[in-house]
Amino acid sequence: MKYETVIGLEVHAQLLTKSKMFCACSTKFGEPPNTLTCPICLGMPGVLPVINRRAVEFALKTALALHCPINPSCRFSRKHYFYPDMPKNFQISQYDQPLAQHGFITIRMNGESKQVGIRRVHLEEDVGKLVHAGTMAEAQHSYVDFNRSGVPLLEIVSEPEIHSPAEAAEYLRQLRAVLMYLEVCDGNMEEGSFRCDANISIRRAHSPELGVKTEVKNMNSFKAVQKALEYEVKRQIKILEEGGRIVQETRLWDADQEITLSMRTKEEAHDYRYFPEPDLLPLEVSPVWIEEIRSSLPELPEERRRRFVLHYGLPEYDAGVLTATKALANYFEECVSLHPQAKVVSNWVMVELLGQLNKDNREIEASPISPQALAELLSLMDQGVISGKIAKAVFEEMYQTGEAAGAIVKEKGLTQISDEEELLRIVEEVIAQNPGPVADYRAGKEKSFTYLVGQVMKATKGKANPQLANRLLRERLGEPGKQTAD
Amino acid sequence: MKITKREVEHVARLARLELTEEEKERFTRELNSILTYFDKLNELNTEDVEPTSHVIPIVNVFREDEVRPSYPREEVLSNAPEEEEAFFKVPRILE
Repeated sequence: MKYETVIGLEVHAQLLTKSKMFCACSTKFGEPPNTLTCPICLGMPGVLPVINRRAVEFALKTALALHCPINPSCRFSRKHYFYPDMPKNFQISQYDQPLAQHGFITIRMNGESKQVGIRRVHLEEDVGKLVHAGTMAEAQHSYVDFNRSGVPLLEIVSEPEIHSPAEAAEYLRQLRAVLMYLEVCDGNMEEGSFRCDANISIRRAHSPELGVKTEVKNMNSFKAVQKALEYEVKRQIKILEEGGRIVQETRLWDADQEITLSMRTKEEAHDYRYFPEPDLLPLEVSPVWIEEIRSSLPELPEERRRRFVLHYGLPEYDAGVLTATKALANYFEECVSLHPQAKVVSNWVMVELLGQLNKDNREIEASPISPQALAELLSLMDQGVISGKIAKAVFEEMYQTGEAAGAIVKEKGLTQISDEEELLRIVEEVIAQNPGPVADYRAGKEKSFTYLVGQVMKATKGKANPQLANRLLRERLGEPGKQTAD
Repeated sequence: MKITKREVEHVARLARLELTEEEKERFTRELNSILTYFDKLNELNTEDVEPTSHVIPIVNVFREDEVRPSYPREEVLSNAPEEEEAFFKVPRILE
């Protein structure tokens, strides 16, 4: 039986405002518990919330970047539920009149572009954080920190148009990149400033009806999202194959066991009893305001990717990797401006630099090698001062010590031997010391030539100019297959 | 009957309210009389009237994104029935 996976994602992104959504408390992360609260974000009776203008601007920016028409008028609603992380027993959110709807985001899968619909973008407030003492099973009490309560959140809901766990991860990567390019969210999944819940169902291929879905929560990384959804696909297919039925429920991803577990339902179905928030006035977004925001939008990842292909002639793959974050794209462009060989820079950034950074779990911002320093290294290589192989060794040294390429080359005497006379002396020594391989080569064994080049490199500690070493060796060895009498 | 005792029980549960049998009866009666009154309001033709969520014709009231000092923690926790190490302490949350 062939099945089709249907996934819809709900992202909550904390907006990078200085103050909270409806009060002037700071949004700073990691402060001592309950030091960033006031009667408004603690939900005391009789207080008056007032909308943070910047939060609305950030939401509008995001909505426009996601190609959503902005609703000319929207309002806030109260979403009621009872949980200790939310003392006023309702969350101020948007319901029947969200800020924006019906947009899309472009993602790339296996070299192809695909649009995923955005159902809605709306503003709401975050809730407090629950801390449990000891293990869940042993804990007698829970503890609440309200510092996060009232931090502005942007909820971004996709259409159920994602058809594989890998596609879901790619959607999230792309959405996170857009938010980070816009500088409206720091995208930190571990600290919870970019969170994702997934709705997932499967159905027989080509069936017009959707299957029963489950909601998966508690996924703290792109990898976790992909793994959790892969697990859910398998679990649901197995149930159907065995003639069972999927239960509509919320399931939690357990990253240690790598399984999803059913979460007991806390409400008798969702009954949030939304109604318009009487303490907040409607929000009207004029066309003038929209245009003002639109003109302030920076270049977005998709546009930048396309420009990297057109302007620098980079392969699609390179352009995708290099524009994944704004900082990485800036790094690349700074380096290319100093060393205008885009493909060479791209290779070094993607293979050497990202390879090292990934190994050390570091971001490009923390690179010990600046774009200027990398450009200097590539120029030394381009001018023939050092060979490609030496350049890699110098790169390692630069990465470890933060020293400049020129200084390392000078200090360690790594300058390439391009002097014909000097190199010829070494070539002749190698020929004299290796009569066996020399005879083999002359008898037609090309492999022996590679060996002899290797010996020249060894004798010069890798400093021989490879092209020159090759030419000199060929000249001194004569035509292969012909015996020279000497 | 506009509303049954069962619905009153459901709404009470959603609001985490514990009601006595007597209260359930009384609220069912009272809610019914309120809803009956709404029937009377519904007799009015409101086809061309926009639903009102606010009576004051003002929109877009904002504050600038500026931080002001929060309340001192001692004061914030002073009304908490239970506290521990700067946290509000609540019965253990199962989920």
